[in-house]
Amino acid sequence: MYTVELSKENFGDGEAVLDAGRAAAFEARVAADEFIEPKDWMPEAYRKTLIRQISQHAHSEIVGMLPEGNWLTRAPSLRRKAILLAKIQDECGHGLYLYAAAETLGVSREEMTEALHAGRAKYSTIFNYPTLSWADMGAIGWLVDGAAILNQVPLQRTSYGPYARAMVRICKEESFHQRQGFENMMQLAHGTKAQRKMAQDALNRWWWPSLMMFGPPDDNSPNSAQSMRWRIKRDSNDELRQKFIDVTVPQAEILGLTIPDPELKWNAERGSYDYGKIDWEEFYAVVRGEGPVAKDRLKARVAAWEGQAWVREAALAHAAKQTMKAAA
Amino acid sequence: MMPIWEVFVRSKGGLSHRHVGSVHAADARMALEGARDVYTRRMEGVSLWVVPSAAITASDPGEAAALFEPAADKVYRHPTFYKVPDDVKHI
Ligand SMILES: [Fe+2]
Ligand SMILES: [Fe+2]
Repeated sequence: MYTVELSKENFGDGEAVLDAGRAAAFEARVAADEFIEPKDWMPEAYRKTLIRQISQHAHSEIVGMLPEGNWLTRAPSLRRKAILLAKIQDECGHGLYLYAAAETLGVSREEMTEALHAGRAKYSTIFNYPTLSWADMGAIGWLVDGAAILNQVPLQRTSYGPYARAMVRICKEESFHQRQGFENMMQLAHGTKAQRKMAQDALNRWWWPSLMMFGPPDDNSPNSAQSMRWRIKRDSNDELRQKFIDVTVPQAEILGLTIPDPELKWNAERGSYDYGKIDWEEFYAVVRGEGPVAKDRLKARVAAWEGQAWVREAALAHAAKQTMKAAA
Repeated sequence: MMPIWEVFVRSKGGLSHRHVGSVHAADARMALEGARDVYTRRMEGVSLWVVPSAAITASDPGEAAALFEPAADKVYRHPTFYKVPDDVKHI
């Protein structure tokens, strides 16, 4: 998932006491890797945590279209433009699959949209960085979608049925996103000196924010244990981050690009790469909405929503008129 | 508020339509077009159904036992319940 679980509240277990029997049965089903479906009984805290997690994920897919949309009209070839357009359309689809999954938990699309636009809902911090060059389209596909894949694959087995099914569809489509990004980077890395420089610059800017996509370090991720028990999170943030680094470093070597971390070093004993310190202050600042383009992102979403209100209204008016005509 | 429609896709001729998710749309035509864009961008289907979500009546999970458990003790509805000698063929 793109989304990092943020702004968690602590839920009381009041209803669990009232309904200890159903709660125990629920926990047993989840522990046995059974799927929970929309009409099944579930603890209120599970429902709320899922609504927040799935809607944050959906918002991330939707806001995630903006940094790439920035380069759509300036893609260097028709081939690249068609690919980028298809990828952005997929991200829109991902947002819609996820909104639909969240709606089965009793939250409306309007409520979720409104929470995003009012700044109450979070989305992945990665999309609050600007896309400064064409090479960023390569770096995003390769690194950001690559990180998203590692986050998302385990969620295909998440305990909530509609969420798991949405993740299966999403994962099927993500692999194209990552491969087109890598191919784009490869072309630049094997291109002119200026193109190689552009690719390296993109890697320099996207590397650390990509590592932050896995969320805060495990010792600073307070609700992980409950989410793991509920099977709505299946691997720890640090485990996934390490896995990402281990698979990505050899890819950078093939590209002939340098990962901007002087402390990055193979550790034969661990069978993994050691890496430098992540600037978590920067991460929390971006979470607080201090990302370089955070305000632009929300402004663009609100403008799109409000600017197209007349289309929704016209469609509804047309449908009402057709229904009336049919009745007459 | 846009009504919600449930979307069903027939992946290829000879197979049933299968539920894939939902879309918001003002009317059936718009729901079909939305479903095409959201759920069949990679030749996932040859036919679509859209049904207003409100038109679906679902069974209550609380009644699952009453509805489905009576079938559990009726093993004689399965062919493997019946023993026939090994040398009996074509049965
Ligand atoms: Fe996506
Ligand atoms: Fe993607």
